[in-house]
Amino acid sequence: MASTTSPDTASPAIARTLPPPRLPSISPISFTLIVVVAALFLASMGQVAPSPEKLANGLPRMAELVGRMLPPNTDPGFLQRMGWRILETLQIALVGTVFGVIISLPMGWLTARGISPLGALRHFPRALVSLFRTVPDLVWALLFVSTLGIGAVAGTMTIVVDTVGFCGRFFAEAMEEADKKPQEALHAIGANRVTVLCGAILPDVMPTLINSSLFALEKAVRSSVVLGLVGAGGIGQELKVAFDLFQYRNASAIILAIFVIVLAMEFLTDRLRAKFQ
Amino acid sequence: MEHVPVQNVATPSAVGARPGGSEPDHPQIGPLVKAPARAPAPQIIGARGLAKTYPNGQAVFAGVDLDIRADQRVALIGSNGAGKSTLLKCLIGLLPSTSGEITTLGERFLAAPTGAQLTRLRRQIGFVFQNHGLVGRQSVLTNVIQGKLGLKGSWRAWHHALARQEWREEAMAVLAEVRLADKADARADQLSGGQAQRVAIARALIRRPKLLIADEPAASLDPAVGRDIMRIFSELAGEHGITLVYTTHDMQHALDYSDRIVALKDGRVHFDRPTARVSPRDMEGVFHG
Repeated sequence: MASTTSPDTASPAIARTLPPPRLPSISPISFTLIVVVAALFLASMGQVAPSPEKLANGLPRMAELVGRMLPPNTDPGFLQRMGWRILETLQIALVGTVFGVIISLPMGWLTARGISPLGALRHFPRALVSLFRTVPDLVWALLFVSTLGIGAVAGTMTIVVDTVGFCGRFFAEAMEEADKKPQEALHAIGANRVTVLCGAILPDVMPTLINSSLFALEKAVRSSVVLGLVGAGGIGQELKVAFDLFQYRNASAIILAIFVIVLAMEFLTDRLRAKFQ
Repeated sequence: MEHVPVQNVATPSAVGARPGGSEPDHPQIGPLVKAPARAPAPQIIGARGLAKTYPNGQAVFAGVDLDIRADQRVALIGSNGAGKSTLLKCLIGLLPSTSGEITTLGERFLAAPTGAQLTRLRRQIGFVFQNHGLVGRQSVLTNVIQGKLGLKGSWRAWHHALARQEWREEAMAVLAEVRLADKADARADQLSGGQAQRVAIARALIRRPKLLIADEPAASLDPAVGRDIMRIFSELAGEHGITLVYTTHDMQHALDYSDRIVALKDGRVHFDRPTARVSPRDMEGVFHG
C-alpha cells in the first residue's frame, strides 16, 4: 500500500497521494518467528540469568576477593618470572599469527569464488577454513596439548589454526571483491593465475590484508593470554597457578599485566592500521 | 555491403618509418624498365563468414568477411551494441565465434583457437581497453613492465623490483614515448584518465606486438584528451610498424586516425573501405540512417 488516492481529499485538478504507512507490514511467518524467539529468550532467562538474590549474595564475596588481591604483588622475583611469561605470550601470538597469515594467503586464493584455480573443488579448503574458525581456540588448545604436550608449542599451533580460520575467510572475501578490470587486462595478455594474483589481486587488496592481519594479531594476543589456562603456555599458565594456589596478589598483578598488554597491542595495531589505509 | 580491398594504404610516415618496408628500391634500373608488381602486405587478420550468436539466441553479427593487412590502421565503427567489441574479441580468439573461419597472425581457427594457438596469439598482440585496466596501487613502471606477462620467462614481470634490468630500461623508453617517463614512480591510481590511458598504451607497446588492439580507447576521456590519445596511438603504431585495429563510436576519431574504416550496422558489415573514400554522409548513415 505504497500510494493510494483518498476519495475524500482528491480534487479533480490535483490528485493527492497518501504517505506510506508508518510501520512496514509484517508477514505471518515473520510475526511467528518473532514470537518464537521472544519465548525462547524468556525461557532461557529463567534457566541461566542470575537472580537478584544470587547477585546480592555474590557481591560481598567479590569484594572480599578483590580485597585479598590488593595490593598486587611487586616482588622483583615474581615480576621477573611474569616478564618472561609475558614475553612467551607475545612470542606465541606473533609466531602463530605470522605463520597463520602465511598459510591464509594460499588458502584465501584457493577458496575465493571466481579466482580459485580449483573451481568447484574450492569448497573443500573452504570447509577446512570454516572448521578452523568455528571450533573455539580453547578446544584447539586442548587438542594440541594432548598431542604436542604442555607448553608454548601447543599455544603457537592453536594461534596458527585460529588465524587461518579468521584470515582465510577475510582474505578470500577481499580477493573476491578485488577490482576485476586489471585482472581481465592481465588475463587477456596471457598472464597465468599466479601472476594475476601477485601482479593485480594482491596489490589491490593489500590494505585489507594488512588490516585483517593486524586484527588477527590483536585477537591472537588476547587468545594466547587465556590458552595457558589449559596448559598451552604463556601468562595464562601463571594465572591458573596463582588461582589454584590462592595467590591472589600474584593473580591481580597478572591481570593488570594482561590489561596493559592488550591495551598496548590495540593501540599499536590501531596506529598501524591507520598508516596502511 | 560494399567491400573494397585495401592494401598498403598506410600513411607514408607509417610505412616509410618501418625498416625493411615493402617499397621496392632499385635506383640502378632506368625509368623504361617496368617495376615489378608490389607484393601485398602480409595478412594480419582474415575472417570468412564470421557469425556470433549469444547463448540466449541473440544474434550479434553474421556474414562478416575481413582482410586486414600489415601496417594498416583500421577503425571498427558502429553504434552502441553494434557488436564492435565482440567482433574484435572473436578475431583475436578471446571470445568464441558461432560460425566462420578466422586466420589471425597466421593462426587459423574455427570458433575458438586452441590453447597453444591462443598463447601464440597473445604473445604477438598488444591490448588497450577503454577502462585502461591498470593496477591502481602499483607504480606506473610496474604497470608497464606487467605488459611483459604472458611472454616467455616473464614471471618476474609482476613487479618492477623483480624485473630484469633490460625490461626496466625498455619500460622507461616506452614511457618516454608516451611522455610519462617522469611519472614512472607515481601510483597508477593518482593519474588522470588520459595519463592512465597513455600508460596502458606503453604497457601494450612493451610487448613489441605485431597487432595492437584497442577497444574504445578514448571513450571515457574528454574530447581534447581523447584526440591526444588517438594521435599517440596512430603515431606510435606507424613508428613501430604495428597494425592497429580499434573500435570507436566517434566519427572524427575514425576519420582522422585510420587508413580504413569498417562499419558495422544491424549485425552486418555496412561498408569497408579506405578512409579517404568515406564521406561524412556515409558515417551519418552508420549511426542514424
